[in-house]
Amino acid sequence: MATLELKNLRKTYLTEEIIKGVSLSIEDREFVVFVGPSGCGKSTLLRMIAGLEDISNGDLLIDGQRVNDIEPGHRGLAMVFQSYALYPHMNVYKNMEFGLKLAGMPEAERREKITAVAKTLQLETYLHHKPGQLSGGQRQRVAIGRAIVRNPKVFLFDEPLSNLDAALRGQMRVELASLHRKLGATTIYVTHDQVEAMTMADKIVVLQKGVVEQVGSPLELYHHPRNMFVAKFIGSPPMNFLPATLIGREHSSSIIEFASGSSMHVPVYSSAVAEGSKVTVGIRPEHIEVVEAGEGSGKVEVVERLGALTLLHIRLANGQLIVVQTDGSDTSEIDSRVGLHLPSEHCHIFAEDGLAFEALNRHPLAA
Amino acid sequence: MAFKVNCGKQIAVTLLGWGVALWVFFPIFWMFLTGFKSEVQAVSTPPQLFFKPTLSSYAEVFERANYWHFTINTVLVSVIATGVALALAVPAAYSMAFMPSKRTRSTLLWMLSTRMLPSVGVLVPIYLLARNAHLLDTVLGLAIVDMLTNLPIVIWMLFTFFREVPAPILEAGRMDGASRWQEMTMVLLPLALPGIASTALLSLILCWNEAFWSLNLTSSNAAPLTAFIASFSSPEGLFFGKLSAASTLAVAPILVFGWFSQKQLVRGLTFGAVK
Ligand SMILES: Nc1ncnc2c1ncn2[C@@H]1O[C@H](COP(=O)(O)OP(=O)(O)OP(=O)(O)O)[C@@H](O)[C@H]1O
Ligand SMILES: [Mg+2]
Repeated sequence: MATLELKNLRKTYLTEEIIKGVSLSIEDREFVVFVGPSGCGKSTLLRMIAGLEDISNGDLLIDGQRVNDIEPGHRGLAMVFQSYALYPHMNVYKNMEFGLKLAGMPEAERREKITAVAKTLQLETYLHHKPGQLSGGQRQRVAIGRAIVRNPKVFLFDEPLSNLDAALRGQMRVELASLHRKLGATTIYVTHDQVEAMTMADKIVVLQKGVVEQVGSPLELYHHPRNMFVAKFIGSPPMNFLPATLIGREHSSSIIEFASGSSMHVPVYSSAVAEGSKVTVGIRPEHIEVVEAGEGSGKVEVVERLGALTLLHIRLANGQLIVVQTDGSDTSEIDSRVGLHLPSEHCHIFAEDGLAFEALNRHPLAA
Repeated sequence: MAFKVNCGKQIAVTLLGWGVALWVFFPIFWMFLTGFKSEVQAVSTPPQLFFKPTLSSYAEVFERANYWHFTINTVLVSVIATGVALALAVPAAYSMAFMPSKRTRSTLLWMLSTRMLPSVGVLVPIYLLARNAHLLDTVLGLAIVDMLTNLPIVIWMLFTFFREVPAPILEAGRMDGASRWQEMTMVLLPLALPGIASTALLSLILCWNEAFWSLNLTSSNAAPLTAFIASFSSPEGLFFGKLSAASTLAVAPILVFGWFSQKQLVRGLTFGAVK
């Protein structure tokens, strides 16, 4: 139905460049999630696609047609706002009808469409309520319904669930995902919720300071982050980083040595970097193993028991604090000493400029 | 203890409120009473609070001047000036509230500063302009001048009301395919209606009570109620009974109108504060 092409999009407010050349292809029916720290330009980029912000530079193509100068209402997009942005003076039915009416759709057809959408979203009994009389979750449904009735080519969402409580957010997340499967419309979704990004996306776009850091499937970003920023941003609790030195190569593996003197073989290519240079080893909390005696050891400082799993905050000999995730039955106590094993296949190595060394083997789920 | 302090404060505030209200209301009340006195009673010392009311002043006022002629002029001037001011101010305030530029702030301040200028400072140029445009002593001429004097205030008020409307609601309208005009008329105006109503009311009141330009730009044909009042303060001596009767007649319509719309007015004026 709809493909999008962002070609070197730029946005400048006064003198400050907020979006610094974003290029991206979005396939038909794809669910694309923009993530990134607060202020990185996610909303701005989405609003540029919507037409609510001018594009300072670059081209935006929808279905191969340049739409930079087309009014938002005529781009065939629908947007769901973080604050819902329902029309407070219209009831639910009229809220959904507004766009259809402006498009000149006949009354009977409007009624049919709205009734059908209201049914899908379980809003039938609220059609004559004003937005002020609805709960947050219901308002969110109306906002989504208002987008759906227009049958847009592309859905745009700007943190649509962030005003809901945790339970409702989980429920709406599942509903949105199944709605997307059913409608199959191309969707761009802005969030800074890890779980939303990982579970809903076909493709995640990680932004930082107006620049795309990496584009890929959720598991691709998880298993093969392109640089330290993405490695740290995707995954929770975030990846641990340890300083080390590259001391050699063997069968295209890299050999690194920690300050403690212990060394290990890591299955990544390191040909771009000279032996003896400083590197950073990254390993996720869920991949570190607690053992009797391993390459490293440390003292447990904090134990967080979450039921299904346990998070240990461990102080290493060099004074660094790392997080290790173990299962819920872990019996480690505060102030006890534990040994640590870092499975080499789960280690990432980053050069001094933050770029990751390429892994010898791709993860099967992140091909 | 805290309760007592609070209570005392509340009583003080209440007394102060009443005091100010009476202070403001007293002249109107006295004018109303004086209208029903004979000319002798009107100037008697000490002033009389209780007296035998008479309608003689009113009778004489109606006899000497055509009250309805002045009233119609005032209504026409107020309504035209307010209508045109709103029609110009709504788009201006819309653009300033939702598409501010670097200069919006200073433009607003500059507009307000024109209100600080004494009107008499521009009397001659305005008079000559009106004369050359053949607008002296016409309802249209007075309406234009009243409209222009009130425009800054009207834009300011609308600007503050519009700023209370969340921008995403208008953007949602734009995404739904509304043109700028539709966005303004179908989304913004209904939401800002209380504010627009109180702005209109304020403009009506200001036009109704405007005296300086009325006296200088009109003589008979387009003379409004303020000129009607002035015609009873003659140089041969003041007749307070008749002056009061005329003044009461002049302010009565807007007073009654204001009374009925005061809820709307208060709601509009405290729009942002209570929400
Ligand atoms: N109208 C504007 N004028 C000037 N700067 C702006 C404007 N709108 C946004 N910005 C700036 O652009 C940057 C990106 O803002 P944006 O709202 O896109 O961030 P975001 O990634 O959506 O953040 P969040 O996660 O907090 O919503 C911010 O630094 C912000 O200060
Ligand atoms: Mg945002």
